[in-house]
Amino acid sequence: MDYTFNFAELLNYKSEMLEGLVTTILLTVFTTVLGCLLGTLGAAARAGKTTWLSRVVGLYVELVRNTPFIVQLFFIFFGLPSLGIKLSAMEAGLLAMVINLGAYSTEIIRAGIEATPKGLVEAAKTLGLTRVQIFTRVVLPPAIARIYPALTSQCIIVMLGSAVLSQISVEELTFAANFIQSRNFLSFETYFVITLLYLVIAIGMRQIFKLIGYVAFPNLRAR
Amino acid sequence: MKRFTKSALKVLGVACLTLASTLTVASQLETVQERGTLKVAVPQDFPPFGSVGPDLQPVGYDIDTAKYLANEMDLKLELVPVTSANRIPYLQTRKVDLVISSMGKNPEREKAIDFSMAYAPFFLGVFGTESATVSSPADLSGKVVGVTRGSVEDLELSKLAPEDATIRRFEDNNTTISAYLSGQVDLIATGNLVVAKIAENAGDRKPVSKFMIKDSPCYIGVHKGDDALLAKVNSLISKGLSDGSLDKLSMTWLKAELPAELKAQ
Repeated sequence: MDYTFNFAELLNYKSEMLEGLVTTILLTVFTTVLGCLLGTLGAAARAGKTTWLSRVVGLYVELVRNTPFIVQLFFIFFGLPSLGIKLSAMEAGLLAMVINLGAYSTEIIRAGIEATPKGLVEAAKTLGLTRVQIFTRVVLPPAIARIYPALTSQCIIVMLGSAVLSQISVEELTFAANFIQSRNFLSFETYFVITLLYLVIAIGMRQIFKLIGYVAFPNLRAR
Repeated sequence: MKRFTKSALKVLGVACLTLASTLTVASQLETVQERGTLKVAVPQDFPPFGSVGPDLQPVGYDIDTAKYLANEMDLKLELVPVTSANRIPYLQTRKVDLVISSMGKNPEREKAIDFSMAYAPFFLGVFGTESATVSSPADLSGKVVGVTRGSVEDLELSKLAPEDATIRRFEDNNTTISAYLSGQVDLIATGNLVVAKIAENAGDRKPVSKFMIKDSPCYIGVHKGDDALLAKVNSLISKGLSDGSLDKLSMTWLKAELPAELKAQ
């Protein structure tokens, strides 16, 4: 093997890599918050008694879960302008990621909700709590605690999926890698370093979620 | 006697040289005219310059240019399909008289063969809708240009564009074209061939050339030293440029007029 590694060359592109890193982290933060919110609302609709709402949300979930993310993204970015809806690359990317996480987290949170023991809900009703109070105070917290590992994993998967946004020219981490590689052709060095950066973000996210879990669900700390 | 022999030999020598100088080899132009057929190398795999039609006959910009020359020279035309790799060797071994194959000129090739004037355009540039008021790199200020990452247009545009122009880089030609046609970018930096391809289905986003980034027009190749043939070809190209026949070919195959730089030759 007679290839000389040249990692030093990448130092010339510090600003591009930093910008990519910041963009990916910002996208991830917004997507996680909005996506989980959407997921909670969706799960409430799916687990609730209103049949037509449950069916409509079910349609959305099945549509998003059974089509590739990149196709959804291209539809929003390249397809919607034909209907007069022109979103910028960043707006389209964020929207696609939120819709994507929303669908998956709907199903995950719904699983947690439906595992609620019937007795708990009945007890809450006998105590005179309103439906909204029962949902937000009695059903939801244990439900989230139950499916917390699955939900956080899905958030990390969507963060890794943000790499696809480079295809519509959003300047996140993968775009930075492709840009650098197209200027100096050092594929090994570039993609190696970017892979490490994604690993750092993913491990960081897992630790942050773990800490949030300790604070929010202290009774599970023994697990 | 010795002196006479010496003088006689000198006179004989001069006579021989004079005779030799009148024994000129017939020029390639004359050979071709005698033959009655013009042999031209054309591409088969590079539309719109040369491809194979539904009747398995070669069609394209270069084929039409060859037909134009043969007509003007009052010769029959024999088309010889070639690839980019073998077109110059075919010319050097006289398998063909001319190479008309969207060929660009560079110093290495100039050492091997002779080039005519440019006859067809092949350039990288910035294109946009008719209404976009851009005519130089400075006008890109505040506008959004789409380009394919890593291409020559990308590298050149990154050097030329002002600070407040936005360059959106996409992964491949098709994505960049989609971005332009859907209006996600105002302008597109690409080659004139790509633009010709999308001009038909572009509707009101039909791309029009705004300014050139890099010009590499097509030239006709002749064997090194075929000066008479080269002069004839050049005179016919000049004629074609001034009477509009070459412009017509450009409109047919590239859906655009010949650029000013080419016409000004």
